[in-house]
Amino acid sequence: MTDDGEESVGDAGFDEFVAALAEGDGYYVECANGHGSLPPRRVCPECGSADLDETALPETGEVATYTKVHVPAPSFADDAPYVTAVVDFGPVRLTGQVLAAVENVEIGTTVEVGVRVTETRGDPLVVFEPR
Amino acid sequence: MTKVRVAGAGMTAFGSHPERTSRDLFAEAGRDAIEDAGVAREDVEGVYYGNFMGELSEHQGHQGPLAAEALGVQAPATRYESACASSGVALRQAVRDVRNGEADVLVVGGTERMTNLSTAESTEALAIAADELYEVRAGVTFPGAYAMMATAYFEQFGGTREDLAHVAVKNHANAVGNERAQYQREITVEAALESPAVADPLHLYDACPVTDGASAVVLVSEDYADDHNLDAGVAITGTGQGGDRMALQDRENVATSPAATEAAEEAYADAGIGADDVDVAEVHDCFTIAEVLALESLGFFDTGEGITAAREGVTTRDGDLPVNLSGGLKAKGHPVGATGTSQVAELTKLLRGDHVNSEHVPEAQVGVAHNAGGTVASAVVHVLEEVVS
Repeated sequence: MTDDGEESVGDAGFDEFVAALAEGDGYYVECANGHGSLPPRRVCPECGSADLDETALPETGEVATYTKVHVPAPSFADDAPYVTAVVDFGPVRLTGQVLAAVENVEIGTTVEVGVRVTETRGDPLVVFEPR
Repeated sequence: MTKVRVAGAGMTAFGSHPERTSRDLFAEAGRDAIEDAGVAREDVEGVYYGNFMGELSEHQGHQGPLAAEALGVQAPATRYESACASSGVALRQAVRDVRNGEADVLVVGGTERMTNLSTAESTEALAIAADELYEVRAGVTFPGAYAMMATAYFEQFGGTREDLAHVAVKNHANAVGNERAQYQREITVEAALESPAVADPLHLYDACPVTDGASAVVLVSEDYADDHNLDAGVAITGTGQGGDRMALQDRENVATSPAATEAAEEAYADAGIGADDVDVAEVHDCFTIAEVLALESLGFFDTGEGITAAREGVTTRDGDLPVNLSGGLKAKGHPVGATGTSQVAELTKLLRGDHVNSEHVPEAQVGVAHNAGGTVASAVVHVLEEVVS
């Protein structure tokens, strides 16, 4: 997301989260009361607890819902069509693109999470691969 | 507590006006509302203005003062932004301020300029109503988000694309005589089913269009209406707002819209009515599935039962509960920031008896407006009632 060759400024918390996903070390934030959420967080969005710990993301999740996007935003012009999904990892859910034909995706499909880059702009992209 | 009346309503034609600025569109809608109300401009004590994407479409922030200026009103003016619920939340604030005795005359409205953007640009602009980090960067478009809600709904409760097509057919049929509507033409179930896919299972005819337009209403206190002999026969008797987590991934169930349920329950309790008392409704059908979720959140149908309402004729204009007699967002158009107050403008006319579709609800006394923001992370519901003198 740089323009004119200028160095881009990142998004603290989120960038580290995506980098960890790419390394296979995904995590989420767990509060003292066991609620899961995704960074950046200073308090739990469910209960307001400020006692937060990074906890390992389960290795696999299940597709909670999905769609095949035919009409993309400009930043995904060369990526379309693609399948995007919300995947349930138990304590948290995560949105990304499924690296499979839509015919091979259904609610309940088991997937692993990873990171690729988009075709259009080379931006980091959360992806899911059916297992 | 002071009671709130709708003294006047105005709307531009909704549609494609790529060359018209927001200030020009709002000037027309606001002028019509003020003339309809018969209030003096100098009596207006505030302008409450909804707009969503002004920075992206017109490179214009801080639009409140421009809105007041466009009306020739010298009064404080504030812009409200809550995605597609922008003018709905502006209205709620105005209702509360009149009730509290803070003001006797307020202009509330909203505008959106959208067709000066390309389809790709407007797709990108609308997507900012979703969570940038976790949804937009994953390629979730606005239709894509509602498509995922539809997928989940079909899985949990059943329903087909054909059921959704009936919602679109119904709303197009209602728009035929509405001279302010963007699409004053009927469509068929077959045409809807055969239209191009946007995000499965939603196709082009499941989606509202990109629209330019403005709407406005004039709210007055009951005392002001009486003192000035205004013909203000509709009251806003209930207001409610609900909220939810921003991203779909953070909701317990994406096949329901609890923020709207919360808003409806609050608005009904405020008005002292129940869902059964409602005679006519304008609901936020940005996509056909959104109308289904709205019908269930408003308590007209149990969860999982709203999908067949249009197909079975319950919500058609000759049904027990006509919904979106204006044509809805689907056919009337959806200039995002203008939608909330346009629903109230349409309902006001329906209850007064001077709407083209009033003949379908001649006995109607209670109307409900449901305005949702994003994928219903925001929701506002208002109850309107005919004043029986």
